[in-house]
Amino acid sequence: MSNRSFSGRKAAHFLSSNSVPIMFILIIAVCIPIVGFSPAFLLNEIVTRLSRNAFLILSLLIPIMAGMGLNFGMTLGAMAAEIALIFTSDWQIWGIPGIVLAMIISIPISAVLGLLCGKILNAARGREMITSYIISFFMNGVYQLIVLYMMGSIIPILHNNIKLPRGYGIRSSVDLTRIRKALDNVLAVNIGGVRIPLLTILIIVLMCLIIVWFRRTKLGQDMRAVGQDMEVARAAGINVERTRLISIVISTVLAGIGMVIYLQNMGDMATYSSHSQIGMFCIAALLVGGASVDKASIGNVFLGVILFHTMFILAPAAGARITGNEVIGEYFRVFVSYGVITVALIMYETKKRREKAGIGEQLAAAQREEGKAHA
Amino acid sequence: MSDNHRPVPSAGDGIRGALREFGLPRIIIAAFLLLMFIIAPFTGVNFWSQITNVTNRFSWNAVLVLAMVPMVHSGCGLNFGLPVGIIAGLLGVTMSIELGFTGLASFVMAIVIATPFALMFGMAYGWLLNKIKGGEMMIATYVGFSVVSFFCMMWLILPYKKPDMAWGFEGTGLRTTFPVDRYFGGVLSNFLKIEIGKLVIPTGALLFFALLAFLMWAFLHTKTGTAMTAVGSNPTFARAAGINVDRIRMLSVVMSTWLAAVGILVYEQGFGFVQLYNAPFNMALPAVSAILIGGATANKASITNVVIGTILFQGIVTMTPTVMNGLINLDISEVLRVVVSNGMILYALTRKAEVTK
Repeated sequence: MSNRSFSGRKAAHFLSSNSVPIMFILIIAVCIPIVGFSPAFLLNEIVTRLSRNAFLILSLLIPIMAGMGLNFGMTLGAMAAEIALIFTSDWQIWGIPGIVLAMIISIPISAVLGLLCGKILNAARGREMITSYIISFFMNGVYQLIVLYMMGSIIPILHNNIKLPRGYGIRSSVDLTRIRKALDNVLAVNIGGVRIPLLTILIIVLMCLIIVWFRRTKLGQDMRAVGQDMEVARAAGINVERTRLISIVISTVLAGIGMVIYLQNMGDMATYSSHSQIGMFCIAALLVGGASVDKASIGNVFLGVILFHTMFILAPAAGARITGNEVIGEYFRVFVSYGVITVALIMYETKKRREKAGIGEQLAAAQREEGKAHA
Repeated sequence: MSDNHRPVPSAGDGIRGALREFGLPRIIIAAFLLLMFIIAPFTGVNFWSQITNVTNRFSWNAVLVLAMVPMVHSGCGLNFGLPVGIIAGLLGVTMSIELGFTGLASFVMAIVIATPFALMFGMAYGWLLNKIKGGEMMIATYVGFSVVSFFCMMWLILPYKKPDMAWGFEGTGLRTTFPVDRYFGGVLSNFLKIEIGKLVIPTGALLFFALLAFLMWAFLHTKTGTAMTAVGSNPTFARAAGINVDRIRMLSVVMSTWLAAVGILVYEQGFGFVQLYNAPFNMALPAVSAILIGGATANKASITNVVIGTILFQGIVTMTPTVMNGLINLDISEVLRVVVSNGMILYALTRKAEVTK
């Protein structure tokens, strides 16, 4: 392995491992002049979406650290948050108290769901992603059972205005106007026409700091060890199952809190569909930021939100300009989201295979060396 | 049902061993369906029209479930990428109608046109799955989604003109749903149809499935078919025996994709409508869970699994809403379907890990 080929390989490695963000920057660079949005409008939208989504995406980092891949089960946290918000709106607790209460209620629900999810994932080792993906579908059924049939009939709901006309079940849309942007409006500042929700951003920054700190704790170190090699970690005396379980519980709880932040910004909740796509979009955004299935940083989160959501803002308008049909732009951004996830999964699997083959070659070489030495 | 559809384990501990292999969830599902059939007459639901419903839905869906078999056999796992083949089928049907075929000809032409697309897509998809052995299921899911969402754009852009399919106002793009009764609606189901009072049997569609299932069974007993099973059960051994593993896997993916293309056409002739855009997104999971309910695992599946699984799954889907409605005036069938089908997939995913541990 000569030095020159090594540096060449390094450059190629940089390009290949950052190909997705580079591609997105190119798409955006092409779209911006076509669409012709004003910079202030664009910046405003990006800041809004950053504050809306960043916390949710941060919840994905910890399972990746523990080697469990992209946690499609973050949807469970989103469901917990929605159940919490249904209660707080039923009790008519609005504003900041409503948001804080919703977060507090969501935590135990998320924790239980996370525990369940983690247990199942421990039984399905090596295929965590597809399993967590199916869990999210499965729990969606359970969520519907609770919200559509049990709320108002078994679980007491006080006010009729959020119930379906038939007397039980929650309406397909829950009005959150009275907590709309309650968090974002505290300490909001206006800089050159761009509205910055300072408190929300402070919360996100605080969460980032907590994650940085968490990585250095004993538990965080254990998670990284488990993520690198389960068997080695086990030999080192780490309780692998427990560590993996905790990582999923933390992720689900964070996703729940993140979903409350997300919905207070939207100011409206689609009871049966708000959570269904959230996992997909969060994962796509993280991957656009240059993360992979086994490696993700806080930087990836922010770069990802900015790039992915800029594309999201631009695509329908760009589609309308290019083809005269706005719907094409909407389909395009869905296609890009799925495409990005597909490419990331393929890159992860090929890398895993190459590494495995590399280990095999090394082993063979070592054996040859040994054979020579003996001869 | 549990002790005669599979060969009894060689250990010879008879019914109990077979029951264990059949798995508790399947027994619960079968018992539940049986209960539904017993309750049905008391709720004022006509028994024979229920049997008709279940048979009908079986005839629509069985081919899609059959499409799971080759990939499971070759060790590619459950084909979550079924939409790839479905898209090929949709290209076939839209082009066949666009070219002006009607009746049986439109159905045959749809299969003829879909075939090259299915082969092409299947080969690309199979090539990809050969690159990422071990991670097939997750990637298959997302390859399926990517293809479906790509074709969401294509249905708008491609120059379809036939007024039955295309939007009238804007003049471009296909409708989300359009009926096929003027083309090939019921072309299989109405062939040799038997009607006895309220019982209607779609003989043609059942025969068509039987033909495909027989061909699949026969194929699995040829030399290539045996090689496919060998690749699935032990790829290292298969390679040592001189089998080209990648080629066999590729063949299985192509077969699966083609069957999915034909399967969606059979579904449409029974259902009476073509659904485009987002509809194929949700078509893989019911087929996956049906074959699992039938007793298949992530690496083992037979024609019997397909038949039993489709009957059980479609039985539950059709019986629960009517019975529940008659009984307590509450329709939780959709929720039940979601929980049962995904619960079954979860069960299979976690069980495989236990075996390999």
